[in-house]
Amino acid sequence: MAEAAPKMKVSDEVAISIQNMNKWYGTFHVLRDIDLTVYRGERIVICGPSGSGKSTLIRCINALEEHQKGRIEVDGTVLSSDLKNVDKIRSEVGMCFQHFNLFPHLTILENCTLAPIWVRKIPKREAEETAMHFLEKVKIPEQADKYPGQLSGGQQQRVAIARSLCMKPRIMLFDEPTSALDPEMIKEVLDTMIELAEEGMTMLCVTHEMGFARQVANRVIFMDDGQIVEQNEPEEFFNNPQSDRTKLFLSQILGH
Amino acid sequence: MSDTHAESVAYVRETAIPPAPAPVTEAGVVGWLRQNLFATWANAALTIAALYAIYLVLAATLPWVLGGVWTTDSLTECREVLQGRSAACFSVLTERWNQLIFGFKYPDEFYWRPSLAFVLLFLAAAPVLFFDLPRKLLLFTAVYPFLAYWLIWGGTIWAPVFAALGLVAGYVIFDRFGNQNFATGFLGGIAAALVVWILADYIVPLIASDDPLLPAVQSRDMGGFMLNMILGVVCVSLSLPFGIALALGRQSNMPLIRWISVVFIEFIRGVPLITLLFVANVVLAYFLPPGTSFDLILRVIIMITMFASAYIAEVIRGGLAALPKGQYEAADSLGLDYAQSMRLIILPQALKISIPGIVNVSVGLFKDTTLVSIITMFDLVGMIRGPILASSDWNGVYWELFGFASVLFFITCYGISQYSQWLERRLTTDHR
Repeated sequence: MAEAAPKMKVSDEVAISIQNMNKWYGTFHVLRDIDLTVYRGERIVICGPSGSGKSTLIRCINALEEHQKGRIEVDGTVLSSDLKNVDKIRSEVGMCFQHFNLFPHLTILENCTLAPIWVRKIPKREAEETAMHFLEKVKIPEQADKYPGQLSGGQQQRVAIARSLCMKPRIMLFDEPTSALDPEMIKEVLDTMIELAEEGMTMLCVTHEMGFARQVANRVIFMDDGQIVEQNEPEEFFNNPQSDRTKLFLSQILGH
Repeated sequence: MSDTHAESVAYVRETAIPPAPAPVTEAGVVGWLRQNLFATWANAALTIAALYAIYLVLAATLPWVLGGVWTTDSLTECREVLQGRSAACFSVLTERWNQLIFGFKYPDEFYWRPSLAFVLLFLAAAPVLFFDLPRKLLLFTAVYPFLAYWLIWGGTIWAPVFAALGLVAGYVIFDRFGNQNFATGFLGGIAAALVVWILADYIVPLIASDDPLLPAVQSRDMGGFMLNMILGVVCVSLSLPFGIALALGRQSNMPLIRWISVVFIEFIRGVPLITLLFVANVVLAYFLPPGTSFDLILRVIIMITMFASAYIAEVIRGGLAALPKGQYEAADSLGLDYAQSMRLIILPQALKISIPGIVNVSVGLFKDTTLVSIITMFDLVGMIRGPILASSDWNGVYWELFGFASVLFFITCYGISQYSQWLERRLTTDHR
């Protein structure tokens, strides 16, 4: 797969560089020869059929999954088995999950201040101010003292985004952030993500929200069978897909 | 006043229906009776049968309990007072009260010492059990084990002081180096504590006065319910941290730590407690260098703690397994290290899930402390079976004595159970 054309770049600074990365689950080859360079400020949407390895790919970036071969460099730090590097990368890379994964035993505010206080060693008061700032940004400051179980799915996902932002990450990973939500709530989460994109956050997003991809992505990547099959600008990708596999996939998700 | 337009399919509600009070048969006392006691004819029959059974039990036991004699000095005297009437001779409890509580060898002039330790126990346990209390009270909790030891065993105050100093030294070293490298801090802490304790072994005999403030009482003189309380409280409080460590060890990525945990847990769980107690009592002495005396109570505490921590480890492992994988991943993705994610995210939730199981083990352990009566320690049951029933005064008062033991254990265990239910309600945050 050729590198992305220069016109797609928003800057020359490399945020994530993945070279020749391979991963196996036991004997199953989930990711095959992945080469991907993400530039600072880029918004990338990764799509593909289920089981194509797209979630595994972004989970390798913050070492939630271990890759067996190849090289991943995030923000100048090479991902190795050294736990120091892993923790450093994780504190710079925010992640939102399909099922939010908020901490149910802590209030919304505590969810947001926990990592800044313990990982960044920020004083509690300051961490709370930052947390309230980001909760306002995702438009739920009034829920700060509630527990995650009291919030709707959309609200929980927005809290999860705020929780990641409180660590002031330079890169955000989204793993199907709207797949577990009711249709009514998808928009509020997407709006938050669009706002984040407009502020120049580097984002990698696994999603099936093609409207979102058209609106904010610089680049759409299509994966199948653990390989990157096609990547292009959104307009080109949707209007003029090159590979047959991409055409079939697009006809299936856009056809109805 | 329905605003439904029955004749048309299209329909728009114009007035909202206000909520009305439930009919009297659904709410209130009548409703409760109907729902719970007399829902069907079969239910009503069962209710009446159950009430009759309760009446029979009470009719038989209440006169026996209420007509009990409290003030005689022996069973023969009690029978004279009763004159053939069927009633309890509770006077064995009043006459042998001190023996039941403190054993028969603890010096009577020092009964106030364990009693004070018992009262202070509530003060020390309060901030641990009720975490809304001010955190500064935990300072007393930290001092309490050493204070209680000094009160109950007496002797030179320097022994518990140096024991505490060893722990403080260990903690200081751990705090100093544990941040950079957990293993260095942990092993360094243990080494520092050992150094202090070995030094203390030489220093304490030198500086201890021959006439200490609280005269020493030997372990073999401990007995009665006091012994059950000592064993129960110490073993429960020790087995919880050990159980957590074993449960985490069993999940560890490091094979050596995992295997050690698995072997320990499986071995201890596969052996009856009574066997371990016999080992503590008899067999251990063969392995120790001749001439060393290793306190029997300490040996028993080690065995019961090992036994209970293996069970608690398995209970907590269940709690750990019940947590969704996403919780681990979310903690990891925020950059929390292993110790932080365990302490702040995983264990608080896993322990909450494990509360019923942990209480189960704790209550069982507390009752199992009566097994020490088999290895000739005179705990509450040992006192009853031994010195009291064997005495010519009280030979034959089984019901009163064992009833009393049951009541004491029931109060304690029921208290633990009620506390745990309160705790579970207090920790509920899922709002389902």
